Amino acid sequence: MMRKTLDNRAWLLVLPMGLLVAFNALIPLMTVVNYSVQDVFDATHRVFVGADWFREMLRSDRLQAALVRQFVFSGLVLLIEIPLGVAIALVMPRKGGWATSLTLVLVALPLLIPWNVIGTIWVIFLRPDIGLLGHFIDHTLGIHFDYPTVPIQAWVSVLLMEVWHWTPLVALLAYAGLRAIPDAYYQAARIDGASAWAVFRYIQLPKMRGVLTIAILLRFVFSFLIYTEPFVLTGGGPGDSTTFLSIYLVKIAVGEFDVGRAGAFSIIYFLIVLAFSYVFYQVLQRVGTGEKA
Amino acid sequence: MKSQAAAVAGHWEGERVDAARRAGSARTLAMRLPLRTIGLIAYLALLLLPIYWMLNMSLRDNNDIMTRLALYPESPTFQNYAKIFTDPAWYMGYVNSFAYVSLNTLISLAVALPAAYAFSRYRFLGDKHLFFWLLTNLMAPSAVFLLPVFQFYSALGLIDTYIAVALAHTLFNVPLAVWILEGFMSGVPREIDETAFIDGYSLPRFFIVVFLPLIRAGVGVTAFFCFMFSWVELLFARTLTITAAKPIAAVMTRTVSASGLDWGLLSAAGILTIVPGALVIYFVRNYIAKGFALGRV
Repeated sequence: MMRKTLDNRAWLLVLPMGLLVAFNALIPLMTVVNYSVQDVFDATHRVFVGADWFREMLRSDRLQAALVRQFVFSGLVLLIEIPLGVAIALVMPRKGGWATSLTLVLVALPLLIPWNVIGTIWVIFLRPDIGLLGHFIDHTLGIHFDYPTVPIQAWVSVLLMEVWHWTPLVALLAYAGLRAIPDAYYQAARIDGASAWAVFRYIQLPKMRGVLTIAILLRFVFSFLIYTEPFVLTGGGPGDSTTFLSIYLVKIAVGEFDVGRAGAFSIIYFLIVLAFSYVFYQVLQRVGTGEKA
Repeated sequence: MKSQAAAVAGHWEGERVDAARRAGSARTLAMRLPLRTIGLIAYLALLLLPIYWMLNMSLRDNNDIMTRLALYPESPTFQNYAKIFTDPAWYMGYVNSFAYVSLNTLISLAVALPAAYAFSRYRFLGDKHLFFWLLTNLMAPSAVFLLPVFQFYSALGLIDTYIAVALAHTLFNVPLAVWILEGFMSGVPREIDETAFIDGYSLPRFFIVVFLPLIRAGVGVTAFFCFMFSWVELLFARTLTITAAKPIAAVMTRTVSASGLDWGLLSAAGILTIVPGALVIYFVRNYIAKGFALGRV
């Protein structure tokens, strides 16, 4: 840990940043809080309703269902993407050269594609009539495949798309961790005659602890906020089967313009994300960069 | 003399054992290598398959797409691309996207650089709380801010301008930029600052002349991430624009509903949104892994 001097003039350096983020975050957030405790009829008529919207939203079956759906989805995302990402990082070439450059560019590619284009790519890929995978499953394998109408297929499709889209992030993070391990560790392991598994378990995995914590944090939070990709692919359907929290929130806020319920929902949603971020942040502070491991 | 010879012989003996061990490890490596390479190639193939399929679609006309499933374009046509490059409603979408993405990257870096320096070098009242508050904005659901930001920006008369989207995207890009830059800056020893101050550098002059060149890789990586997240985001970009500043990704969604799904055109537009990303990754490829670890490896 670097020693830092105590100097409150440092506030001057963070002030522009603070003002900008406050402009974007605090004012809108206050608006949301404002909405969540009022019943707004029009610009001039509004009634203070206290915690009524919160009580109603917390009891709402649709919200609870969306919440459960969201947790299951984010849990599955972590269970699949973290091991897969680590596996990919292990097979990526570690020395420089054109093969490494090419691999890095290709692996990172999905992360630079606009999110609605991700959805479009998967619509085109999965449609039973024109999509390669959809056609393959439906015609070649002979399994009836129509993801827009079969809930379980819609679910698996969204999950598959998410894994395709974001596993590269985990792979790149794990790769960064692997590259930071000095060669001396591997030489020592070779002299000891360590197996590949032992090298992974006692050298690579502990050294990746820091980056994997960041990976778990980012993947959990980003999958918890998912909106555009499933919206393009399934529109939240069929029924509500792929309506995750953000999709549900936008349905209420923009679709139905029900600002009271949307406000209360927003606060609940935000608090959940905040709680998880806090836990992860604490863990991250303790884990550091994995130097001590 | 004799002992020396023995030592030399022993040395050679050791070399031989070493060579044998090296050969052994080379053999196991040769056996392991193809498996690793096969795994990597299989993954990359799966990764590229959906993108290839879109490329395939973009080179065919809509009739051809709807009538049969072809694994590759048998009579490739560039008409979809030609339409995008000649119709202002299409190509202005790219111009708009680039305009607000660049603006956002500049604003984010300008405010994040001094802030990250403060976080990496000083302790000050409430620093930890401020840093966590910053991170919460990176984690905040855009959907939560969507309606109030729209109303707020409407009241300010910013709707349908580049600056509106650029400002809205600082919500998550500034925290991200501070986080990454702080990681890179903390890797520079404090002694450099102290020496410079003793030599009579003022803070701004030291920062620009000495410090920035030292962390230029970090600045490049941060610019890359600001570009990336501003480029891929659509919810704010679409909500805050009507026509004049509409991003390409939003042009795509609207044209889809209007023209009754021209898959070829849609695919061509999609492929063209992938190209800038691929170019940008190429430039930062050597730092990208470190950047994704937020400068903390």
